[in-house]
Amino acid sequence: MAEERKPSEPAEAGGLSRREFLKGTGLAVSAGVLVGEGLLGVAAAERPAVVGPGPVPVVLRVNGQVHRLELEPRVTLLDALRNHLNLTGAKKVCDRGTCGACTVIVGGRPVYACTMLAIAAQGEPIETIEGLAPEGQLHPVSRAFVENDAQQCGFCTPGFVMAAKAYLERHPHPTEEEVRHALNGNICRCGTYMGVRRAVVEAALQRKGGQG
Amino acid sequence: MAEIKWPAAGERQLIGKRINRLDGPWKSSGRARYTYDVNRPGMLYAKLVLSPYPHARIRAVDTSEAERMPGVRGVHVILGPGQEVNWAGQEVVAVAAETEEQARDAARRVRVDYEPLPFLATDVPPEQAARVGADRVRRLSERVEGDPDRGFASAEVVHEGQYGLPVINHCCLEAHGAVAEWEGDRLHVWISTQNVSGVGGEFAEGLKIPASNVHVECPVMGGGFGSKFSADTWGLVAAALARKTGRPVKLMLERDHELLAAGSRPSLHGRVRVGARRDGTLVAWESETWGTAGPITAGIPPLPYIFRVPNARVRHTAVLTNQGPARAWRAPNHPQACLVTMAALDDLAARLNMDPLEFFLKNLALTGEHASVYREELLKAAELIEWRKKWHPRGAERGTLRRGLGLSIHTWGGLGHPSNCRCTIHPDGSVEVALGSQDLGTGTRTVIGIVAAETLGLPLEAVRVEIGDNRYPPDGASGGSTTVGGVSSSTRVATTRALNQLLERVAPALGVPASELEARGGRIQVRGNPARSLSWKQACARLGATPIVADGQRDMSLISSGAAGVQMAEVVVDTETGVVRLEKLVAVQDCGLIIDLKTAESQVYGGCIMGICYALYEEKVMDPVTGRCLNPNMEFYKLAGIGDIGTIVVHMMTGPGYDERGVIGLGEPPVISPGAAISNAVANALGVRVPELPLTPDRVLAALAGKGGAV
Repeated sequence: MAEERKPSEPAEAGGLSRREFLKGTGLAVSAGVLVGEGLLGVAAAERPAVVGPGPVPVVLRVNGQVHRLELEPRVTLLDALRNHLNLTGAKKVCDRGTCGACTVIVGGRPVYACTMLAIAAQGEPIETIEGLAPEGQLHPVSRAFVENDAQQCGFCTPGFVMAAKAYLERHPHPTEEEVRHALNGNICRCGTYMGVRRAVVEAALQRKGGQG
Repeated sequence: MAEIKWPAAGERQLIGKRINRLDGPWKSSGRARYTYDVNRPGMLYAKLVLSPYPHARIRAVDTSEAERMPGVRGVHVILGPGQEVNWAGQEVVAVAAETEEQARDAARRVRVDYEPLPFLATDVPPEQAARVGADRVRRLSERVEGDPDRGFASAEVVHEGQYGLPVINHCCLEAHGAVAEWEGDRLHVWISTQNVSGVGGEFAEGLKIPASNVHVECPVMGGGFGSKFSADTWGLVAAALARKTGRPVKLMLERDHELLAAGSRPSLHGRVRVGARRDGTLVAWESETWGTAGPITAGIPPLPYIFRVPNARVRHTAVLTNQGPARAWRAPNHPQACLVTMAALDDLAARLNMDPLEFFLKNLALTGEHASVYREELLKAAELIEWRKKWHPRGAERGTLRRGLGLSIHTWGGLGHPSNCRCTIHPDGSVEVALGSQDLGTGTRTVIGIVAAETLGLPLEAVRVEIGDNRYPPDGASGGSTTVGGVSSSTRVATTRALNQLLERVAPALGVPASELEARGGRIQVRGNPARSLSWKQACARLGATPIVADGQRDMSLISSGAAGVQMAEVVVDTETGVVRLEKLVAVQDCGLIIDLKTAESQVYGGCIMGICYALYEEKVMDPVTGRCLNPNMEFYKLAGIGDIGTIVVHMMTGPGYDERGVIGLGEPPVISPGAAISNAVANALGVRVPELPLTPDRVLAALAGKGGAV
């Protein structure tokens, strides 16, 4: 539960995430001595060869397809997707991990793509909304959003759909009350929340039906 | 022959049903391309240098270092030496570079030398503002009706209170901005706009090219709420940089800029005195209000709201500040006037020891022509929220968690903006309707499709709706809930005319005059006789090689004005933490003939939620020392989340008595009442009024501690 509510926390990839860093610190402290060396040693071994600030090779596996890019290390996953891969389903709204419009799924976990660096997303499968269904078809979550009019201007919708999909994979039988908590990391300005609540519950039922 | 008037209730195949929005699959699959998503070959990214000062004169601008930065392809100075900035966040220089990161780096290297000037950036009363400068205060209106002094003399109970609500933002999720690309002397613009047909003229004027050379596209847009009518400085700058560099340029505002300068709603504060006879009859009103729209003025709040109190004195003063200028914000001036009025009346009812529902019902004659609609809606809303069972007098709740009910009523005009629709029926049976309109997320595209399909007797999927391009017949800007009236009537006229041409062409084959034919169930048939018919495809095949084209314009006989609505709120307030929890909001709304019940209801849900946001959370916070906004981001500029809105119940007034009025716009009305209804519910729960929105814990606790506010 707690994990779903913090999609901004980067997945554990590439040795650069905050979680990885903290783990390293903990190890080093428990060793008692050689704190600095231990920390640097662990981190350096796991880290890909990053020099910057100029572009570095970056390999991203998005929707099952491998992309080789040259990006400055500071480029976010969101900007890499939108500006370099032309995958614009994830939207840039707050650009600081508040609104959820850029939610994608990295290594099975929902992530705010604006708060993760592209270089940190290497080595994990990245799912964007474009990968949910082939063009002309709808994923059950997307379809439930249509049926329940869980969208108006639609700018928050891809983020909601991705957050809902990731949530349903871990919590296949949510009540509407649970959905109110689970999707609180996504903001809509037009006011589609009533439809979103119904859509997520309905998508869960469809999903169960589909999987027998 | 088909008639222009709307089909009667029993005849409607699509109108009034719950129908999915046409662009729903496109949006929920992430494939809809917004302006922000337009990526053109060789496109540059532009970033803006903003003034850090709320008021200053520019002494010098040095872009030399920025121009030498990696990836930079163009620099455009917007404001030069000698010119003034009037708010922190005003655009001074723009830089275009190969990547967003490079553009941002270069913008940081622009050196602007400012001479700071005296400023006023906070929302203060006129007497305080006048100390900064006499030109900071402008009395906008002073109106007297009846005899206010005699009115108050005749009042047996008089209440006086102070109420207000701060400046808030539009906070569109898709930031303002544009992508500009030149092809010789022709300009292509993708712009997130509420004004597809009109905005091209601004580009033409600003760039000194013929309006016919400007092509505007906006198939989908990520929210406007009244803030996206203009080309804006940034739109013109994107075009200027594209011309200068010979490359397409994308300029979308960063979130801080969006919240600093791309749209806000004026504040309103004021003192109200209101008097009634002991039986609850309203007799006198007096209000002295002020508010700021930044460095401009933005109209006069309609006070007292809806209730035409026979004796009234109403004064309003604008305070001019160095905040980003206000823009039309969904139902301009109504939510503010509604809060001030409905809160004062609710307080007066409490003073009279009257249930506010009874008080409102008693004074409904003062609401004018919609009195009977309000009565019906008040009773319906009361039933849905169980008012008679749950309401208690103020102060009856004594525990830590206190429950309360509140109500409010609202109105809006509507009618329809000028609109042109072109309907084409092709010999192969395919149909398209085209309008230079836009869909803000309100369901415009869907409404057009429904009207066209209904008129032609076709399924919705058989009609292609083309909007969002200024090459289509011109349609008005989407503001003031005028879109649905404009597009539904012009589409009805165009499709009826096209159908009548078709009927003339196929009449000989069916052996009757065209006047005896109708389009129904995908066929052209002799009226009431499906046996004598042609399928739509067969009928269209008789056109030979040339399609039918017919135009239609707005038709006033199909539309109307004057929506009325009632909202009731139930809240629980924690008196220890000051947190207000919305339990339920009931919205009962009329809007004449509803085209699509599903998207209509969504408009009301959306209005309610936007209203909950400003009732409980939203405020643009300005720092008096630096004159800068302290919360130009989405973690401190708060909006409600999916868990914060309780349960919303929407009831649309439809059927006999409503449908005959024709189509009335619905965008604005439902956002007007939530602030007042929720504020009144909190007053009912606590026994004291929290005088200012948003109803944040600090304000609630201050009111409980007796620091300011009305009883």
